[in-house]
Amino acid sequence: MDAHYLRVEKLVCGYRNFRLNSVSFSVRKGELSGIIGPNGSGKTTLLKAICREISILSGTISLNQTDLSRISFREQARSIAVVTQHTEPVAIRVEDYVLLGRMPYRRHFQFFETQADMMVAEKYMKLTGVWRYRDKLMNQLSGGERQLAAIARALTQEPQLLLMDEPTSQLDISHQIQVLNLVQELNTRTGLTVLMILHDLNLASEFCDFLLLMHEGSLCKQGAPAEVLDYRTIEEVYNTIVFTQENPLSKKPAVFLVSNKVITQNQELMKQ
Amino acid sequence: MRRKYFQWVGFVGVLLLLAAGAALWSLTSGEWDISLTSLPSVLSDKTSMEYTILANIRIPRLLLAFSIGGALGITGAILQGVYRNPLVEPYTLGISGGAALGVALVIVLGLQASAPYILPAAGFAGALSAIFLVYFLGLKRGEVNINRMLLIGVMISFVASSGMMFLMSVTSADSLHSIIFWTMGSLDEPNPVLIRIMLIASVAGLFVSMMFARPLNALRLGEAKATHLGVNAAVTIRVLFVVASLLTGICVAVAGIIGFVGLIIPHIIRLLVGSDHRILLVGSYLGGSIFLMVSDVAARTVIAPSELPIGVITGIVGGFVFIGVLSRSGMKNSL
Repeated sequence: MDAHYLRVEKLVCGYRNFRLNSVSFSVRKGELSGIIGPNGSGKTTLLKAICREISILSGTISLNQTDLSRISFREQARSIAVVTQHTEPVAIRVEDYVLLGRMPYRRHFQFFETQADMMVAEKYMKLTGVWRYRDKLMNQLSGGERQLAAIARALTQEPQLLLMDEPTSQLDISHQIQVLNLVQELNTRTGLTVLMILHDLNLASEFCDFLLLMHEGSLCKQGAPAEVLDYRTIEEVYNTIVFTQENPLSKKPAVFLVSNKVITQNQELMKQ
Repeated sequence: MRRKYFQWVGFVGVLLLLAAGAALWSLTSGEWDISLTSLPSVLSDKTSMEYTILANIRIPRLLLAFSIGGALGITGAILQGVYRNPLVEPYTLGISGGAALGVALVIVLGLQASAPYILPAAGFAGALSAIFLVYFLGLKRGEVNINRMLLIGVMISFVASSGMMFLMSVTSADSLHSIIFWTMGSLDEPNPVLIRIMLIASVAGLFVSMMFARPLNALRLGEAKATHLGVNAAVTIRVLFVVASLLTGICVAVAGIIGFVGLIIPHIIRLLVGSDHRILLVGSYLGGSIFLMVSDVAARTVIAPSELPIGVITGIVGGFVFIGVLSRSGMKNSL
């Protein structure tokens, strides 16, 4: 089997006023990869192209050596699950919502979920901690709880690849760590391949094995966090002055922001 | 989870019992009372007056009320699910406007006596034209855009009603009366072929839409998220739009415009058993059937021997029942 589970080659896609410019990269099986980059750099467009939400203009996306455009949505949903930034607060019971993850496995004319479907959903509801509020409606949950339910639903699809679009953007640090620890644990324990967009460079550095840095529709840099998160690259791409240092525990780079006030004070000190 | 399925089966069972009760009430009530106990003997004696009333008037009306009520109920549930908008009903998309304009045109041109099926045919042609316009103008770069379709539907509805008002303002008093009478809706259809078509279309519509119950559940999360779950959202929306539109077109062509059923019945069912389309669709079908059968009895008996337009009953009764159910439930199972 090809070690490169997801392969994107010379991908061009987008909208009238924005396009991805020939993006190529691959994600290895069992890898936890992150997509980072400033707002409007094309991170979400890239993710939408991978899950066929938008059509591609040229290039190919293959999953396990199969061109994604050749498989049905149902087959795709058995391999790829998506957790979006915002989980809509619809009036649906959490358990029913999670069971929607079994949709790709339904047979024609199958009206009810099977016992096996129920067991898979129960397993992931328990794993993500949403089992205790399975009878509540999704619109009665907090943002963090809804996000965990969304992850439970995605895992219920039993995918090979989990795509996540800023899964922690609406969460406090405790929930951010809870969600990312869970993803990391699944990645380590089950070999689930994960590709997620993260805005927070420190979270990306801490949790991802591999990073893709997007800038103005192009893939600007890719590699291990230590290679990608060097201060010159970040300053150039984000147009912001930063300071990087190795995290003493994880040995991964940590990025510190510096305010204009501090920069001015330092410049004055240097002049003196 | 299994408990939920038992509840659904129980709910459908109750609705079937209510439907049977409504059907018996409809058969026995009217200007000429037929008692429930004498019903079997009346049905076996084909020479009696009561048999003629049942066979020629009440059973055809009952079948129409059942099939049209069911079709409008399920169409409302489908469209509210596809458009994720609680205010959408079968007539929002301009289908009834198109049908009414077609019928008005035939009446104004004086063609209504020229062929036996001319009015329903004109109504259906008008409905099909509206469906065609909404569908093709609603496409954006070849892809279905539900918000665009909805807006175009509302616009076509306005254009059709303005066109109808124009025709009504230039026509004779007789034609005007015919147009108004037709638009008020009626279950008085003597043609057995049309009744048979309506019944077959209605039951077929129920079966086809039930096959899409689970994809409709996924569509509640939005088209993109439904696609992530393996649902071909574009195909599902297209098929359901065509099914709902054709069902509405046939209903309007056969019985004129009977409002409110498609709007309130899915809401009431949703408030009672939740938004899962596996129960919502069949519940809306049976609920619509029961509601229209009961409304028909009311229309026939309230000011007997005269008859009220059924749309008056569905509007008044439906509105109050809906407000009652809504205030009791606190809208816990909203769309």
